[in-house]
Amino acid sequence: MLDLTAALSTAAALVIELDPQMLDIVRLSVLVSGSAVLLAALIGLPLGAVLALAVFPGRGLLVVMINACMGLPPVVVGLAIYLLLSRAGPLGQFGLLFTPSAMVVAQTVLVLPIVAALSRQVVADLWDEYGEQLRSLGAGKFSVVATLLWDGRFSLLTAVLAGFGRASAEVGAVMIVGGNISGVTRTMTTAIALETSKGDLPLALGLGIVLIGLVTAVNAVVFLVGQSARRRMG
Amino acid sequence: MSEIDSILPLELDGIGFGVHGRPLLSGIGLRLESGSRTVVLGPNGAGKSLLLRICHGLLPPTEGSLRWGGAGRPLPDPLVRRRQAMVFQRPVLLRRSALANIRYVLGLIGLPRRRRQVVAMAALARFGLADLAGRPARVLSGGEQQRLALARAWVVEPDVLFLDEPTSALDPASTLAVEMAIHEFHAAGAKIVMTTHDLGQARRLADEVVFLSRGRLVEVSAASHFFKGPASPQARAFLAGELAC
Repeated sequence: MLDLTAALSTAAALVIELDPQMLDIVRLSVLVSGSAVLLAALIGLPLGAVLALAVFPGRGLLVVMINACMGLPPVVVGLAIYLLLSRAGPLGQFGLLFTPSAMVVAQTVLVLPIVAALSRQVVADLWDEYGEQLRSLGAGKFSVVATLLWDGRFSLLTAVLAGFGRASAEVGAVMIVGGNISGVTRTMTTAIALETSKGDLPLALGLGIVLIGLVTAVNAVVFLVGQSARRRMG
Repeated sequence: MSEIDSILPLELDGIGFGVHGRPLLSGIGLRLESGSRTVVLGPNGAGKSLLLRICHGLLPPTEGSLRWGGAGRPLPDPLVRRRQAMVFQRPVLLRRSALANIRYVLGLIGLPRRRRQVVAMAALARFGLADLAGRPARVLSGGEQQRLALARAWVVEPDVLFLDEPTSALDPASTLAVEMAIHEFHAAGAKIVMTTHDLGQARRLADEVVFLSRGRLVEVSAASHFFKGPASPQARAFLAGELAC
């Protein structure tokens, strides 16, 4: 049986001692997932807004496809990025495979559909409320997108958080394109997978607890900030 | 922008609007002159709000045509858009301060950034909102929100202000404040076109009454005539408070 006490004390020791190897792993995980979420938000928020507002042939199909992509299996995305970035692949010349950059690319692909699909819904709902008023005020297309994204900022934060949850939890994609190289591309999730297969369950569980604590902390901060801002702004 | 005094008159010629073949408005022919206050009256479902939205350009009519500026004076579309404003029954205010809501509109109409603060503060002060400048617009009371919507319309310096039942959700004091604001717009030379269900308000504000019933224009009269003795039986019934329309 798993010794939960041992796992918990390992986790506590890792955190209290600020084990340098663990810190490196945590830092890389946060850096990779954070960059991916940032990139996905920069692309996904405006993309979602445009999908909500623009009328063009094939929009419905595109929306369905993006919604479906929310459920992309990470290993499949990892494999696709692997093929693109491998030496013989079309983007092989950049030598990105087995680097943190490759992991950022893979996670961005995973997070983007979530941010885009959820923000499309948020912006579409806002447009129902704001549309007439904004058209009456004479807002142009660019202004409308910017205005709705800003006014929907509290709800959109949830969309971005959902993306962050996906990025920090997935293991398949970063494992394939990063290679789980110690000190270079080892993240919390790949380390957990590795330690589990090696049989070092307390360490794996300890890392898992750190990961969950980290994700919970991020969500708590965003929630509290969002709550108070929402109360102030109405 | 060309130097014209006003984008009015607005001429409606055979305006109709239908949804799935069901006509909601039909055969509206009307000329709205500058300066005066026109109140659109009629029972629920007569098409009053729809008529305002079509005039304001929010909805394209499915029949007929609108012409701003009268015959032989075609006006460019951006100019027409820029010189009108609308106040809705429930204003949609942005999630930012009252002041920032005004500055937003000043940005849309292209006022230089450095002048926005002064102009916005002046507009807030005019409608008694100076003390609330820094407050988030969405936590203001209903009356304050509507006055903010009026201040937002004020900075546009519209030739025509459309108001769709602007006081139907407000208490008497806030209603009075909105009516005073409408006076200010009128005194500044703006054409007023509004709908209301409050006949007392219509009596206080109207120079001219446009009476609609079941999507048709039934009567256009000077307010003094209309309230003394409307020409049409539908309007007489409406004033008498009869439900038949």
